Amino acid sequence: MASHYEAPIRKPLVTGDKSYHDVTVDVAAPVEGVANRQWWIVFGIALTAFLWGIGCIIYTISTGIGTWGLNKTVGWAWDITNFVWWVGIGHAGTLISAVLLLFRQKWRMAINRSAEAMTIFSVIQAGLFPIIHMGRPWLAYWVLPIPNGFGSLWVNFNSPLLWDVFAISTYLSVSLVFWWTGLLPDFAMLRDRAVRPFQKKIYALLSFGWSGRAKDWQRFEEVSLVLAGLATPLVLSVHTIVSFDFATSVIPGWHTTIFPPYFVAGAIFSGFAMVNTLLIIMRKVSHLEDYITVQHIELMNIVIMITGSIVGVAYITELFIAWYSGVEYEQYAFLNRATGPYWWAYWAMMSCNVFSPQFMWFKKLRTSIMFSFIISIVVNIGMWFERFVIIVTSLHRDYLPSSWTMFSPTFVDIGIFIGTIGFFFVLFLLYARTFPVIAQAEVKTILKSSGEKYKKLRDGNE
Amino acid sequence: MAANKTYWKNAEQLMENSSMVDQLEQKEFAEYIPVNEFLEDEQALEESSTSRRDFLKYVGFSTAAASLAACEGPVIKSVPYVVQPEQIRPGIANYYATAIADGFDFGSILIKTREGRPIKVENNPEAPVLGGANARVHASVLSMYDTQRLQGPKGNGEDISWEDLHLQVGAKLNALAATNKEVVLLTQTFASPTTAKLIADFTAKYPNVKHVSFDTVAYGDAVDAFEEAYGVRALADYDFSKAEAIVSVGADFLGDWQGGGYDSGYSKTRVPSKDHGKATMSKHFQFEANMTLSGAAADHRVPATPSTQKNILAHLYAALTGTTVSGSLSQAHQAKVEAAVAALKAAGEKAVVVSGIQDKDAQALVLAINNALGSIVMDANSPRLTRQENGSEVKPVIESVIAGTLGGLITVGINPVYSLPEGEAFAEGMKKLDLSVAFSMKEDETAAAAQYIAAMPHYLESWGDYEFKAGHFALAQPTIRPLFDTLQFQDALLKWTGSEASYYDSIKSNWDETILAGTSWNTVLHDGYISTNNASNNQYKAGDLSSAVARLASAQTEGLELVLYTKTGMGDGQQANNPWLQEFPDPITRVTWDNYLTVAAADAAALGLKNVNVANGALNGSYAKVTVGDKSLTLPVIIQPGQAKGSVGLALGYGERKGLQDEMNVGVNAFTFYNNAKNVQSATVSLADGFHEFACTQLHNTLMGRGDIVKETTLEVFNTKDKAYWNAIPVVSKNHMEKEVTSPEVDMWQAFDRSIGHHFNLSIDLNACTGCGACVIACHAENNVPVVGKQEVRKSRDMHWLRIDRYYSSDDTFEGDVATKENISGIGDSLTTFGQMEQAAENPQVTFQPVMCQHCNHAPCETVCPVAASSHGRQGQNHMAYNRCVGTRYCANNCPYKVRRFNWFLYNKNDEFDYHMNNDLGRMVLNPDVVVRSRGVMEKCSMCIQKTQKTILDAKLDGREIKDGEFQTACSAACSNGAMTFGDINDKESKISELKENERMYHLLEHVGTKPNVMYQTKVRNV
Repeated sequence: MASHYEAPIRKPLVTGDKSYHDVTVDVAAPVEGVANRQWWIVFGIALTAFLWGIGCIIYTISTGIGTWGLNKTVGWAWDITNFVWWVGIGHAGTLISAVLLLFRQKWRMAINRSAEAMTIFSVIQAGLFPIIHMGRPWLAYWVLPIPNGFGSLWVNFNSPLLWDVFAISTYLSVSLVFWWTGLLPDFAMLRDRAVRPFQKKIYALLSFGWSGRAKDWQRFEEVSLVLAGLATPLVLSVHTIVSFDFATSVIPGWHTTIFPPYFVAGAIFSGFAMVNTLLIIMRKVSHLEDYITVQHIELMNIVIMITGSIVGVAYITELFIAWYSGVEYEQYAFLNRATGPYWWAYWAMMSCNVFSPQFMWFKKLRTSIMFSFIISIVVNIGMWFERFVIIVTSLHRDYLPSSWTMFSPTFVDIGIFIGTIGFFFVLFLLYARTFPVIAQAEVKTILKSSGEKYKKLRDGNE
Repeated sequence: MAANKTYWKNAEQLMENSSMVDQLEQKEFAEYIPVNEFLEDEQALEESSTSRRDFLKYVGFSTAAASLAACEGPVIKSVPYVVQPEQIRPGIANYYATAIADGFDFGSILIKTREGRPIKVENNPEAPVLGGANARVHASVLSMYDTQRLQGPKGNGEDISWEDLHLQVGAKLNALAATNKEVVLLTQTFASPTTAKLIADFTAKYPNVKHVSFDTVAYGDAVDAFEEAYGVRALADYDFSKAEAIVSVGADFLGDWQGGGYDSGYSKTRVPSKDHGKATMSKHFQFEANMTLSGAAADHRVPATPSTQKNILAHLYAALTGTTVSGSLSQAHQAKVEAAVAALKAAGEKAVVVSGIQDKDAQALVLAINNALGSIVMDANSPRLTRQENGSEVKPVIESVIAGTLGGLITVGINPVYSLPEGEAFAEGMKKLDLSVAFSMKEDETAAAAQYIAAMPHYLESWGDYEFKAGHFALAQPTIRPLFDTLQFQDALLKWTGSEASYYDSIKSNWDETILAGTSWNTVLHDGYISTNNASNNQYKAGDLSSAVARLASAQTEGLELVLYTKTGMGDGQQANNPWLQEFPDPITRVTWDNYLTVAAADAAALGLKNVNVANGALNGSYAKVTVGDKSLTLPVIIQPGQAKGSVGLALGYGERKGLQDEMNVGVNAFTFYNNAKNVQSATVSLADGFHEFACTQLHNTLMGRGDIVKETTLEVFNTKDKAYWNAIPVVSKNHMEKEVTSPEVDMWQAFDRSIGHHFNLSIDLNACTGCGACVIACHAENNVPVVGKQEVRKSRDMHWLRIDRYYSSDDTFEGDVATKENISGIGDSLTTFGQMEQAAENPQVTFQPVMCQHCNHAPCETVCPVAASSHGRQGQNHMAYNRCVGTRYCANNCPYKVRRFNWFLYNKNDEFDYHMNNDLGRMVLNPDVVVRSRGVMEKCSMCIQKTQKTILDAKLDGREIKDGEFQTACSAACSNGAMTFGDINDKESKISELKENERMYHLLEHVGTKPNVMYQTKVRNV
């Protein structure tokens, strides 16, 4: 890494008089300590939701998709809404760890570990839906191009759903490898500090025998850079491909060329919001305020504001193009979207996604932790509605008025969604207690340049 | 050279003198078979308990048993419709001609049987009379496999044998005869010459027996009027194919009016063709209260309450005969009457007036008008014999049963306890009689009240002969051995008369004597019908109608007029336990599993009645309390566009009753209000508490000005303007040049050669389609489409592969809708206007559009399936490989026509869906050529590929080319109106090729570029 000098006007990225040892201790503390009551309460709630979700999934698979609220006209609703929502959330991790790495944004170091964890956990949730939304999920492996005994039967490479399979599985595997690579030195740190032999053994296993030699570090840096290069196009490709599910169709409201950039912006938007939601809580609970500072939150808020505005422009462009196209079906689809029976979903989306991030223009608001937390939740509600609006309002009134109907969810639809939220938090809470939640090895590399203590020291020396 | 070749079996053979090779060459069996050991093992043989003699006994017995089983009873040969193959061969369908005559539906039909079991009803297109089966007749095959059927005779609630029943009933009949107490034989209308003879024999033996015909839904007034005018108790018949101007006053002649079956003739006059320059088609005026199929098809539909209809008829009569009439009509009605008169006069002898007003005056007037017009459409010489109830005969019977003064009552094929308003009293009265016998297929209310229940076979298990129309006969033959211990009424009658003959013998001898006249019995049995040209010459006796005219002209009613009608899917309700019919969407309201009060929007607003859609789109309707006389019922309400203000409609045939599975106990029994067998009653209606949950398959009723979905034009425009004006192909801009979307230049796809082999297309003529729904049921039967039940239909999960969309205009006309939409300017206007367009007009134009899979050549469903379960066939079909489907539903979402149906649950062998696919009996109706789909897969119309393949293979076996018309789908074969034509467009001589080039041809949503193989013919209105 570059020199240890950083301009004095730059705010320190690590506050508090942290020494190298302090960083180690702070990061290892949640792992080495005992879980408190709140953790158990939250974990209990998440686990209950998760088990409830599993129950609903078992009910669906054993009885049929009919347990959901879908019908002959609306063939997808909450299932694919949830899928796209979770995939979108997953985007922030890769963006933070890969793209910001390439752009040498050092502030990412405090948050990339958790953001990537969030990515992986949410992609797991996302991956559930394409499987369970199938009428015959036990045949889900048929969507894989594997040699089979069905003669010349092969998958259909024209289908965007098949591209999804590739996109999501690539994304999950690259993210996982990238994440794990970064974890190696930190696991080694935990291993070295572990007192109990069992713990030591586990972390030794997880750290793949990291020895801390210069050669290890050199390879580590190289692999990180290569993986970042690999992962960066994925940030764009995954949600582009997800958007193809809709963009390549012939349904008014789906058949839209603007979808790829619009979806990517939306994904980053929701992903950053989710990172904010998680980290604002975690910095408090795990006492990481010195690492995840208000400055971090502010920077994230700026990204949310920008991507939120991009999404807003996309919404308005859609409306404009619908009018400009002169196609009556297209025009009606958007008119119906904004003013039809699902007007409330559209306006919920508009206010959550387009209006609420505009508050971030005000420094006071974007540096307010409470306000940031609220907006981060609002944005994710809005982004869920965005997908619901796109999927359901386009389908429920398409070409032939005779088929027009409505969708309303059943307890199973809702149960599965809540279940995935539970599952996500189960994973994240376990992660928060067993993984080094901050990339401490990386943070240590900037401690001298951006740590408050060293900055002060430098200032004093000058 | 070749002969010298040696084939090596294994390497061992290379070695000379190999013992193995020798051994194999010597011995036939590789392993030693211990025959000698077995036979020599005396101990084992001795220990066996089967001696040689026993063995011979067993052989002898089983041979005898097998041969006995093979020749039980006299074998009466039915004659299959297709002579080859005569014997039942697995996998080959046999067709038999037979006839249905259940007292409500009459007709000549063909029955398809597979492996000896009837699985489908087909039209008998060669039959000159009633050869087109309606939806109920198509569904009737399933009623045979009904678990609720009686499995044998019963006496006083206990199972008894037929011998005992004959003995006991015979004894009671004799006792009643001895005391000369009157016994009434109350039967459905048989229209059967041999049955009439048998009844005559029976009444000759028992002079105290009186035969009375009872029609569940009666046409007594029309029959009375006809008798007065022509001296014959019958109904005037009409051949609408000869009509140029049709004026109907309250007659739903495309529905069940006078037994139905008029639609095919009507449709012939409704298709304009420019063969000889200017196209013509008939002009149709309809004055009616309820919105009916006839009203939907009419060029001019005028809502009018029943009493106004009477006024209108009187004015029509006056205008046509040049007489005067008192009273006046409203301006709107007057104008339409004048237009109708002008059209009738212009058409001359090709004009006809029909009426459904159940009033002798009105019916007499109709006969007089048609005589005055010299109408060749009306046929009085060969009238219909399918309704024979005489009100003046039935009434005393009902009264004497209730009073308990009758000696005995034998009912056949009817359920008066259910279908009489005084049903309960009737049932009480029946219990007081000395003898009561009910011939029934079900243990219904009447059967439950009777001492003896004689289990009747289904018509497909029965012999029968019918005279539907004077001089036109039909023969019915059983297509399967009776499934249960049942006996035909006629056979019982023969027994009771003391005859040894069977009904079959009687029919045969009767026909030999009176009808056949030299034609072979087997020929008629094979054809199913025979027409003798001994039409009578019924002379019209003009009576003095002035008082009738005066009565009609002055008719008026206080309060609301309740018009009772029969639904296309339910008729008189005798097939209420048929799940196909329950799930059949009513063509007009598209509501399944219910009957309801249809109310005009204005009346509904005044009464506070509402229709609302709940969160999942499903339809809810207010309840209304309807009172007629001293009886009231609480009914759900449907606000019906086109319903005449001041009238309400209600369908007969529903309601809770016995002999029905719980699931089928839907709706309310409107026969409660069927006082004096009149279909119009004066009623009061008020709002009641709560909302009813409907299962409606179409939740949006208007076309929203989307004129390219149902293209239509007027006859005048059709005759005077170019195709480009009224049926333009949509264009798309390419390089700033407008190109037709059908042009290859704007096609992104690589076309492949479709000129080789067959390429199937289906044409649907919107002018010929009356919305009757026969195709819907035929598709159900052919393709094993599951029934999902009321709750699932309510969730918009009906499984119909073929649906008939019904649209109302929100303006007065659909043309007006398009204009309204085009004239929208600005965002504010579009918000309000589109909102208004969701509401149907008060008296809208109506259009039907059958929609099934369009079999797009560029199918959006095919590209999106990740596992290629949906793919295209060489013959144009869009295939659906159920086995491959993983159920992502992406194809259904991407289908612009929304024709794909998903198996949300397991619909067969699942107690949650306890319909015919959940019991062994009901599953017998399944077509073995079509797979029953499992849970989690998508399904849809296959263009009946099993039928087209069969045709191709048959022709291949015969080594011949396929003739045009041989290719059929279930829907095209079921359509007796000629609205659906199926065929191979690679056969340039075929009808379908001609239709593809027709000016009226268009594809649904052509601009999407899907290039469908289903085409529509633009609707032309003669306004």
